[in-house]
Amino acid sequence: MDWKQLWEILSAADNVPIIAMIPLLAFYMYLAWRQAHANDLIIAELEGNAALAKTHHRKAWPFKPAWAKEVHVWPFLLRVEFLAAIIVTIILMVWSITLNAPLEEPANPNLTMNPAKAPWYFLGLQEMLVYFDPWIAGVVMPTLIIVGLMVIPYIDTNPLGAGYYTWKQRKFAIGTFLFGFIILWVSMIFIGTFIRGPGWQWFWPGQTWDHNRLIYEVNRDLPDLFGITSNWGKGIFGAAVVGGFFAIGGMLVHAFFRRHNAKDYKRMSLLQYSIMMTFLLTMLALPIKMLLRLLFHIKYVWITPWFNV
Amino acid sequence: MPEEKTTNGKNDKSVGLVERLKAGVKEDLESLRTDLPAKAREQVELLKKPSKTQVFTSIFRHKHDDTPRNRALGVLSNVFLHLHPAKINRDAVRYSYTWGMGGITFYLFIVLTLTGVLLMFYYHPSKVQAFRDVLYLEHDVPFGKLLRNMHRWAAHLMVIAVELHMFRVFLTGSYKKPREFNWNVGVILLVLTLLLSFTGYLLPDDQLGFWAVTVGTNMARATPLLGHEGPFGAQLGMTPYNDVRFGLLGGSIVDANALLRSYIWHCIGIPIIASIFMVLHFWRVRKDGGISGPAAVVLDSEIKEAKK
Repeated sequence: MDWKQLWEILSAADNVPIIAMIPLLAFYMYLAWRQAHANDLIIAELEGNAALAKTHHRKAWPFKPAWAKEVHVWPFLLRVEFLAAIIVTIILMVWSITLNAPLEEPANPNLTMNPAKAPWYFLGLQEMLVYFDPWIAGVVMPTLIIVGLMVIPYIDTNPLGAGYYTWKQRKFAIGTFLFGFIILWVSMIFIGTFIRGPGWQWFWPGQTWDHNRLIYEVNRDLPDLFGITSNWGKGIFGAAVVGGFFAIGGMLVHAFFRRHNAKDYKRMSLLQYSIMMTFLLTMLALPIKMLLRLLFHIKYVWITPWFNV
Repeated sequence: MPEEKTTNGKNDKSVGLVERLKAGVKEDLESLRTDLPAKAREQVELLKKPSKTQVFTSIFRHKHDDTPRNRALGVLSNVFLHLHPAKINRDAVRYSYTWGMGGITFYLFIVLTLTGVLLMFYYHPSKVQAFRDVLYLEHDVPFGKLLRNMHRWAAHLMVIAVELHMFRVFLTGSYKKPREFNWNVGVILLVLTLLLSFTGYLLPDDQLGFWAVTVGTNMARATPLLGHEGPFGAQLGMTPYNDVRFGLLGGSIVDANALLRSYIWHCIGIPIIASIFMVLHFWRVRKDGGISGPAAVVLDSEIKEAKK
């Protein structure tokens, strides 16, 4: 256990925000879960008691009888905003006094940094470079993430859970988002920041960074495993595998979705449903490709003269 | 007008002039003796109530007694506060629901603008000067180190705050009807925040920024169709000297032009675009009915399915 190495990584100034993000995320997830749980209990109670549902206040923290429904912005909202501004300012002041922004040596194109890391919020994309060619990891995936986020309001046809925390009414939507945000985005930032060392190699926390370490990994392409050698064969085989993933994966998701989200399924138009399927399957392809690489050393699935997947 | 005056002057009789002058001066002195103390007393009384002065009332257009009307006017007649309604739902100020991350993001944007403008006074976006300017900031400029640190950490904090804001909006289903469009504006603002941070990364012109931006923009080589190493890029005539990466960097390597472009996008281009989207975002929050909740829960059995 190389504590010095571990400390060097953890205390690198630019990594501090990520370490700060762990307790922040944990706290806010707890806050969300607590309210979702309280609301879910009310929902369960009211679903079973139609008479009560007619008169119930339906809030986890209901109004007291004497309370007015509305309050003045001045002072009731502005004091919260003012307080938030003061607290953020204090945090920033203390942080800026105690921790210096990193400054390395002057830029030198002839001296490559190893590892050369992108800013922390892009490390998820850089980590993806291990598993995909740059045109997917650096261009297509970010575009799909942005477009995928933008289509969410138009494909989520579930009218429940608008304006309150809940889990039971939106399991699929929240589960998918948590998977994309926490499992993929945040954890890949973690891997990129704390695990990846020189040569972008995998170093467990506390393992010494060895700048001379070489790993003799023989990565194979999927067509090679099946003994396909001709270019035409590889192209067609790869297209079949990728197409097959979308077809079979699509059928599996379809089978799951229409059973467990029958109402959403009924509500969704063909366009909404196919857009959801496309984005969901593309998102699922990322961890699958990661596992293929990490467990079976498979580099490419689909090889063509113009691009490789 | 001037002609009238000359005719008046001609008609005046010189005999009564001295007397009239004497009487007039006497009158003036008398008025000073009586009026001045009275006016002074009046002035002192006025200064005791500064909120009644014309200067004050011209700036603040309403009274300040603690009445509901004045509380409302305090918000509505103030350009900085008028994005708020006069009154809001009592629940909407509940911090455990809102997390306040949108407001904190905006506050951090203001902090970044202020510290950023101050940093610009000490910074030249040129290969010769940039790194030295940062050293100068760190070691010689009074509070320069604090300034740079605060700009850096506020930027990181802003990225975290934006992501948490999006997380909260998702978890509360606040993107649902009628707020779909504003969610999209928010996604664009998230992207702009990341771009702002990324363009600022190169500016110290140190190894960290240089290699981060090199790694980042190398991906642009591989843009499908538009990058010279991307799928079908070569077939469309893309070379390192005309592809999308060349456009981003103003050259085929990260050098002086890239530094200048980065600087201009960081300090002028993206802040203007982001400000426009922020205006839109805040405006739509109001127009879409204010903050989404905490709303009363809706039951599954109460949803009426639309007939198809």
